[in-house]
Amino acid sequence: MTNHWVDFKNTDVFLIMGSNPASNHPVSFKWIMEAVEKRGAKIICVDPRFTQSAAKAHLYAPLRSGTDIAFLGGMIKYILDNKLYFEEYIKHYTNATFLVNPALRLPGDNKGVFSGLVNGKYEKDTWSYQTDANGVIRKDPTMKDKNCVFQLLKKHYARYTPELVSRITGTPEDKLIEVYKLYGSTGKPNKAGVELYAMGWTQHTVGAQNIRTMAIIQLLLGNMGIAGGGVAALRGESNVQGSTDYALLFHILPGYMGIPTGSMPTLSAYNDKRTPKTKEKNSLNWWKNFPKYSSSFLRAMYGENVRPEEAYAMIPKIDDGANYSWLNLFDQMYKEKFTGFFAWGMNPACSGAHSNKVRQALSKLDWMVNVNLFDNETGSFWRGPGMDPAKIKTEVFMLPCAASIEKEGSITNSGRVMQWRYKAVNPVGDALPDGDIMSEIFLKVKALYEKKGGPHKDAITKMPWPYGKMVGKHFHYDPHMVAREINGYFLVDKKLENPTKKGEFKEFKKGDLVPSFAWLQDDGSTCSGNWLYCNSISDKGNLAMRRGQADATGLGLYPEWAWSWPVNRRIIYNGASVDPSGNPWDPTRAVIKWNGEKWVGDVPDGVGNPGSGRPPFIMKPDGVAHLFGPGMADGPFPEHYEPLECPIEGNLLSPQKNNPVVKRFDKPGVGSDLDVYSNVTSCDPRYPFICSTYRVSEHWQTGVLTRWCPWLAEMQPGMFVEIGEELAKEKGIVSGDRCIVSSARGEVECSAIVTPRFKPFTVDGNPIHQIGIPWHFGWITTKDRVYNPGDKKAEVFTHGDSANLLVPTIGDPNTMIPESKAFMANVMKKGGK
Amino acid sequence: MNVSRRGFLKLSGAVAAVSGLGISLKPTAAHAKELKIKYAKETTTICPYCSVGCSIIVSTRDGRVINTEGDPDSPINKGSLCSKGGSIYQMAVNENRLGKPLYRAPFASEWKEVEWDWAFEKIAENVKKSRDASFKRTNAKGELVNRTEGIASVGSAAMDNEECYTYQKFLRGLGLVYIEHQARI
Repeated sequence: MTNHWVDFKNTDVFLIMGSNPASNHPVSFKWIMEAVEKRGAKIICVDPRFTQSAAKAHLYAPLRSGTDIAFLGGMIKYILDNKLYFEEYIKHYTNATFLVNPALRLPGDNKGVFSGLVNGKYEKDTWSYQTDANGVIRKDPTMKDKNCVFQLLKKHYARYTPELVSRITGTPEDKLIEVYKLYGSTGKPNKAGVELYAMGWTQHTVGAQNIRTMAIIQLLLGNMGIAGGGVAALRGESNVQGSTDYALLFHILPGYMGIPTGSMPTLSAYNDKRTPKTKEKNSLNWWKNFPKYSSSFLRAMYGENVRPEEAYAMIPKIDDGANYSWLNLFDQMYKEKFTGFFAWGMNPACSGAHSNKVRQALSKLDWMVNVNLFDNETGSFWRGPGMDPAKIKTEVFMLPCAASIEKEGSITNSGRVMQWRYKAVNPVGDALPDGDIMSEIFLKVKALYEKKGGPHKDAITKMPWPYGKMVGKHFHYDPHMVAREINGYFLVDKKLENPTKKGEFKEFKKGDLVPSFAWLQDDGSTCSGNWLYCNSISDKGNLAMRRGQADATGLGLYPEWAWSWPVNRRIIYNGASVDPSGNPWDPTRAVIKWNGEKWVGDVPDGVGNPGSGRPPFIMKPDGVAHLFGPGMADGPFPEHYEPLECPIEGNLLSPQKNNPVVKRFDKPGVGSDLDVYSNVTSCDPRYPFICSTYRVSEHWQTGVLTRWCPWLAEMQPGMFVEIGEELAKEKGIVSGDRCIVSSARGEVECSAIVTPRFKPFTVDGNPIHQIGIPWHFGWITTKDRVYNPGDKKAEVFTHGDSANLLVPTIGDPNTMIPESKAFMANVMKKGGK
Repeated sequence: MNVSRRGFLKLSGAVAAVSGLGISLKPTAAHAKELKIKYAKETTTICPYCSVGCSIIVSTRDGRVINTEGDPDSPINKGSLCSKGGSIYQMAVNENRLGKPLYRAPFASEWKEVEWDWAFEKIAENVKKSRDASFKRTNAKGELVNRTEGIASVGSAAMDNEECYTYQKFLRGLGLVYIEHQARI
């Protein structure tokens, strides 16, 4: 989230689209309702289903799953046509004035694709800016030049008329206009609008562009950086923000540093390639500090006895352009590429798209380590439905770990607030904290390499692990020692000039904590495991433990409650909440304010002294936010494409039906025999309905924890399929009927819930039905499976297996997140037709 | 209304007693309500489920969790919890939690309880074997890559920050490149 949960109280208009916070982030609704009650805020909910959030909304609009860009593209057109945009904001703080290469061709003039499409990939040379002789980007402050970003945006979205958008989305035209008008009302300086999204936007083949479309709207309306504004990613796990910050992903290192690749053989080559440069004279270009962060990270990895250059050579590098993300990982596993696998605190046998492929893939391993609190479908895959243990070679270790209240450490919520958790009790039985488990394995591996040697053994034997001590037979992991390394400290005595105050010097001793990332060094004299978290520990202790209640601004920033990255800033991009001369756009909701000497309020982001001319989006090399986004894999402007599996023959907007740069696993030589899709080239009568997966309040993710908690299992005991009344009538299904929901990849048994919450969509004149299924279930907690002596047995059984058995192996080309929110399925009464 | 946490607990006890009995507050009823966490040790935690970050008070006595409830001092949840957050008591007090490492040998049809040391030794040997067999110093282009292609990892957003950091250090130290987790799905 650019802002944070409490900040919802400052909002005037909520757009809930791509999420369902009333069900899935229930406590957040406290702040939404506070805004409604105290400010008279309005809630808009756009969703294929009339959700619990919709029930609280002032305005609900249905839309067919997978058509968000068409819906929002129409909103961009409406905002531009009716001049609802915040002109001063976009002129100064976005690239609206930038002149683009005249050779760029937009989809409207180019059969639905941008210029540069070659063999399913974009070559981006036409997605560039015009520059002068010095390389500075040419701009038109009047925004009238036909090649300026503003005019191109207008041209691109002129095609998204309410009539066409309605035909595509199935949303009635009058509802579209109502939504556009209400949300467009936040373009005034004294109005704030926020968008709340979750997996409803990411799990599409156009997922990243769904969010880009909204970012464009928020920028046009001046809603970024202000109190009550922003784009709110409502993340699904308590520490998925933290685990992303710490780079448990193939493509980054901690703190969002790009992964080293084969073409960057040295640290200097890596720094050179990963450090952005700019010719814009007023731009701060924060990432110019990249070499300080990379050097400090390498120092944290290998300590003071290995130079950063040597440490860089030791760490693994991927091939240029290679993609090792989830879908590819399990594809490779299915093809027997791996002998070993760690499924640590995860249950991919239920959470992975096309779970049957995942389950089959697990059987191709030599060994797997599964760390979890409860028995689960991944650890026990070898005895799951359709499996014959006698034929499965995989050696499995299921290791019991401590629950969150049985150890201590910090987690980071969606609002980037890092909070400390204390240990209340010892772990049950012999269970151990994850930190102890990974330390034991690492130290044993290290001892083996010390004793027996092996390829590139220094990468292991030279890696310091100063994170605890032996207590009896076991290594006891101390998160406080880790937190110190993450924050970073000086490795030598050093005298430095204050980076924000010229002429002021400060002396540091070896071992002193680095006060903030602005003080990190690129010469190997500092370490920091994650620059974003540098400043989380001070001489006063770990700031994640703070419980201060002060709220000087009254905006709910609570700067002394825990700590927020970066540098305790609660609203990022807040430099855009003031005008170029430093006055808050809305003085009644001033996030930061100049008091004559310094900024007060939140920790200022990006602004220099008032009138300095520094553009505030300092993480972008050119200092401004991007309406035109050439960094995307699938186009500088979002364009509507149909989901890979969809209920209509073609794209009503253009001849290009699907996202042209998706990776199709069904192509020869790409995926496997299991990667099948339906309804791609033409409508398939076997799977006539759109299906979407979702969550309920009482369960969490695959249910790996919650299905074992009897209170929760009792409240939501099993797999269901939600069906609209019209479709139920057509199919002769009534509530409570046992049904089979199937897709080209598999089937699941569900209880029918017939509701008016789904209505058929009228898409291009035809009725289209959508159904929905939750994804929290799995066979391990069911009654009818085989139980061996000693097996754990749920106190309250659940029924049904994972919704992901149905989901296709197709992902967004930027993120590779699978398209779980729009695929084609059938539903029928069990035993019926 | 400005209520301290202590005050809040008293007040909520009183409210519960009133609504439970439907009549005036008897001292005995209020007293009985307070007993539940009397002499208990309190620690705070953050809910392990969604990402709102609700604070929870965990009351323990004699090393056992006896109560969990929303923390009214948190500016984020101010004492509220949803159905999941309200149930974390059952994560700690649950007979179905795994208490012993389990091992399934190739082609076996049952789990076997094993000791940690045995499991750690065997896993370490497996890691070394897989790593040694699949380690690549250079790629097809001859570029230095120093990676282990034979082992993959997924997880975990359920771990603490400090654990996430050391886990990526552990994996990258081994040379893994297939590193993924919940954020991708």
